[in-house]
Order: sequence, then C-alpha cells, then structure tokens
Amino acid sequence: MSAVYREYKVEADDFTRAGEASADIKRTLKQLGVSSTVLRRVAVACYEVEINLVIHSDGGTLTLKVDDEGVHLKSQDVGPGIADIDQAMREGYSTADEEARSLGFGAGMGLPNMKRNADRFAIKSRLGEGTTIDMMFALA
Amino acid sequence: MKVKEILPLIEAENMTPSADAEKEILCGYTCDLLSWVMANGREGMAWVTVQTHMNVIAVAVLAEMACVILPENIDMDKDVLAKAEAEGLCVLKSPLSGYEICGRLHAAGVSDKGN
Repeated sequence: MSAVYREYKVEADDFTRAGEASADIKRTLKQLGVSSTVLRRVAVACYEVEINLVIHSDGGTLTLKVDDEGVHLKSQDVGPGIADIDQAMREGYSTADEEARSLGFGAGMGLPNMKRNADRFAIKSRLGEGTTIDMMFALA
Repeated sequence: MKVKEILPLIEAENMTPSADAEKEILCGYTCDLLSWVMANGREGMAWVTVQTHMNVIAVAVLAEMACVILPENIDMDKDVLAKAEAEGLCVLKSPLSGYEICGRLHAAGVSDKGN
C-alpha cells in the first residue's frame, strides 16, 4: 500500500465541524481499500480523539499516516494536559463541561473506546503543555 | 426490514427524502450519550435519540447506521438534515415516544444485537 500522510487542524470548542476530519480520514482509507472491519475501528477511535480535541484541548492536530504496518493516527494538542492519566482512562470518568454534556458527550467513554479499538495505544501528557495520543491499527 | 418499511410501523415521516430508504435495518438502539453510541453503534442500526445536533449525523455515518429516529415529533435543524441527506443517511421523525418506537421495532423482529 502506498504511503499516505495527512494533517488536520482541530479547533477547540468547534462542535459544528467536529467529525469532519474523521469523515475525511474514513473516506481516504476506504479509497485505499482498507477492510470494513478495520475501517470501523479506525472511525470510532478517530471520532473519539477528534471530539476530545474539541471538548478538552486548546486546539490541536490530527495526523493520519498509512504504511505497510497499518493505519497510524496521532493526536497532538497544545494543552492544557491531563493531571492523572490513569483516572482519565477509567470508563465513566469525564471532565467534560456542561455545554459538551448537553450535546451528549462526557460519558467518560472516549479514551477507553480508543484503546479498545486500536491495536496499539499510547498516551503521554504533561500538565500545562499538552497531550499526545498515538494509535496504530494493523491492516492484516 | 428496510428503512422505508418501518415508516408506517412507527408512524414516522422521512425527513430526508433523497437519502437511501432502501437500506436494511439490522439492529436497533436507543441512547443519547454519543460516546456510548460510538462504543455500541453498528452497521445497519436504527438509532432512536432525542439529540438533534450535527454530531448525531457524524456518529451515525461513522458507524454506518441505517437511520436515525427522532421520537415525539422532535425537529431537527435544516442544515443538520441537509448534512444527513448529503451523507445518504435517513432521519425519521415519529410522534411516538422512544419507548413505544423501540417496542414496535422489537416486536417486528428488530433486536438490539441483530439477527
């Protein structure tokens, strides 16, 4: 499979455009012939990470890379960072605000959903600096 | 059962006439927490929700659902319906409660996990 690299800017609090990067990533992978099972897993994880950037970050970037190993998704934001990653990874734990909750977000399922769907999941965060999430989905 | 076939069953109106009403409904679900729906959404799902904003369409399309069903005659903004149509996703509006809609779909053979 030919190498693909795409970058998407995701703005903080932009609920109207949330999901557009994920939709484009899904379209791109479909065109590349990625199987529907992998496609679905990428779509779920991708949407969760995109909506997390909108709800929790001060803005960030979503990067898609496809190589022989698989589909790589990377989310990198400019803050504010996560104080306690273990707590953030717990199903049902959320720090989403009232606006996000009124739209049906903030169930505390985002990070667990990403981890469940990715073949490899890594999260790094520093308070005051930002959060980076790396996910890999094997093609085979 | 196709999307167009459930219209009389749940007394619904198709708010997206140009979307694909021939899609087969494979299972059903009701929930208003979008992350919860992302975790459990499936291909061919009929999703009953009171949420009406743009992200409902994003979630339904990403999960490859068959349709979104709005209970109790809840309206959806024109731009959200236009987005659904552009994505080929049917949005149905029913005067029935979510409880009644699910009851009728289940009785007609649409289960939560599919067949």
